[in-house]
Amino acid sequence: MWDYTDKVKDHFMHPRNVGELKDANAIGETGSLNCGDALKLFLKVNENERIVDASFMTFGCASAVASSSALTEIIKGMTLDEAAKITNEDIADYLGGLPKEKMHCSVMGKSALKKAIADYRGVQIMEKPGEMVCECFEVTDLEIIDAVKANGLETTEDVTNYLKAGGGCGKCLDRIEEVIDSVKAKG
Amino acid sequence: MNVIYTDNNATTKVAEEVIEEMLPYFGEYYGNPSSMHTFGDQVGKKLKQARQRVADLIHADPEEIVFTSCGTESDNSAIFSALNANPDKKRIITSNVEHPAILNLFKYLRDKKGYDAVFVPVDEKGCLDLDMLYDSLTDDTAIVSLMWANNETGVIFPIAEIAEKVTEKGILFHTDAVQAAGKIPIDVTVSHVDMLSLSGHKIHAPKGVGVLYVKKGIKFYPYVIGGHQEKGRRGGTENTVSIIGLGRACELAAQHLPVVGTQVKELRDYLQKQLLEKIPSVSVNGDQAIRLPNTLSIGFDAVEGESILLMLDKEGICASSGSACTSGSLDPSHVLMAMKVPFKSAHGTIRFSLSHYNTKEEMDHIVKTMVPAIETLRAMSPFWKDGKMV
Repeated sequence: MWDYTDKVKDHFMHPRNVGELKDANAIGETGSLNCGDALKLFLKVNENERIVDASFMTFGCASAVASSSALTEIIKGMTLDEAAKITNEDIADYLGGLPKEKMHCSVMGKSALKKAIADYRGVQIMEKPGEMVCECFEVTDLEIIDAVKANGLETTEDVTNYLKAGGGCGKCLDRIEEVIDSVKAKG
Repeated sequence: MNVIYTDNNATTKVAEEVIEEMLPYFGEYYGNPSSMHTFGDQVGKKLKQARQRVADLIHADPEEIVFTSCGTESDNSAIFSALNANPDKKRIITSNVEHPAILNLFKYLRDKKGYDAVFVPVDEKGCLDLDMLYDSLTDDTAIVSLMWANNETGVIFPIAEIAEKVTEKGILFHTDAVQAAGKIPIDVTVSHVDMLSLSGHKIHAPKGVGVLYVKKGIKFYPYVIGGHQEKGRRGGTENTVSIIGLGRACELAAQHLPVVGTQVKELRDYLQKQLLEKIPSVSVNGDQAIRLPNTLSIGFDAVEGESILLMLDKEGICASSGSACTSGSLDPSHVLMAMKVPFKSAHGTIRFSLSHYNTKEEMDHIVKTMVPAIETLRAMSPFWKDGKMV
């Protein structure tokens, strides 16, 4: 059984801000039914670009629900610029940590937030730069390099835990290993 | 909080009669069954009785029973023995819904040892593609290993028929009967398997003891090499206490077989009917006509299994999910994927596996917990709106 913190359990059993926000003016969606988890984030942003309300709908495991709930609590009251600086580690920290196998749940929160902000500002999220490594979860080599550097990841398993990359069909696991090795080689 | 245990395909409660049978052998009777003195031999005699009891459950001869440490060891022993007996043969055949004890062993043999491993597929109901199985039998085949019944869905393979077709070609046949034992009759005088694996803790004996049935006349190469124990077929001093417990458990299993086939099946069917009636967008995985009487694999659209399990856990209800949801892999289990169960219900699949210890009141409590749990999770799900999938 997963070693969830009391805070994760609390946010799963009693999620904050669940459901569709009727007067939302920014929506960010990430994940899919096939992936096994998905998050739809609703924001109500005022004329000063401040998030006055936030809600979510999540399909996924307990840590996915808890991460979504935590995210909405964190960003309420923030300006979009402030919210844009939130990292997945911030979400995990808010919950007192997540099992490393579940870190991708916090990454999903970060990703939905980024999309919601882009939606509000009416900007298209640019096609991801870099080479697509994991087709199942659309993860590029640059993202893997960033995650490996930022979190000191060492194995393909670590990368899967953080980015989900390699966790689907598994075809890209060899390529992920090459990317990790390339980071290590450069020191 | 009372525990409602419906995870019997994972492990079972050690029967009180089994504990009673074992207790003296933890303490007073600690002798080595191989010793040349009466003190050790009284354990030896008890071991002999256990061997007889295990043999009786599957209608085997006691000499055909080899005690091991678990089902996985039995599986590994069987496969490696077959390969040692057929050093020139390079093909090994199994299905793609096996327990990891076989599946990962076959992948290892393919990837690291150069074997030509064939994984026979199943259809949407979890039934084996028999034509493909028979077509893949070649002179180069060292062993065919197929599970008797699937741990996740309970779907039963036609082992008697398969064993006949495989062995008449002179190919060794092994079956992992870990889930079948104690739930449906197993008779090796009818199903002519060469080797068969059992596990103690799935039939109300303790963990850490397993059995490999090796048919008389089959050339057997030990996997654990050591002393003369088990007639040289498995080295290492016997786990006497657990083996004695397993003997008693097998005796009880034979007695309970009719109960599992009737009362336990009725409870399972009742639970299934209630869940199907009270919750919309629900589907049962696996062929309902040829399924273990205790197993229910049931998928709830638009919700995720782990979340359901935690809601059940809060009420003391123990079950399993069909999605591994470990190490970042969010893929549903290999069994559900092999059956091409749609993602929408595969991720939300729960396995309830019952035993004769369960009651109708417990089934009612499960239903009473499941209905609001699924409602809550669907209210949260972006794929559920106005009572249906979106």
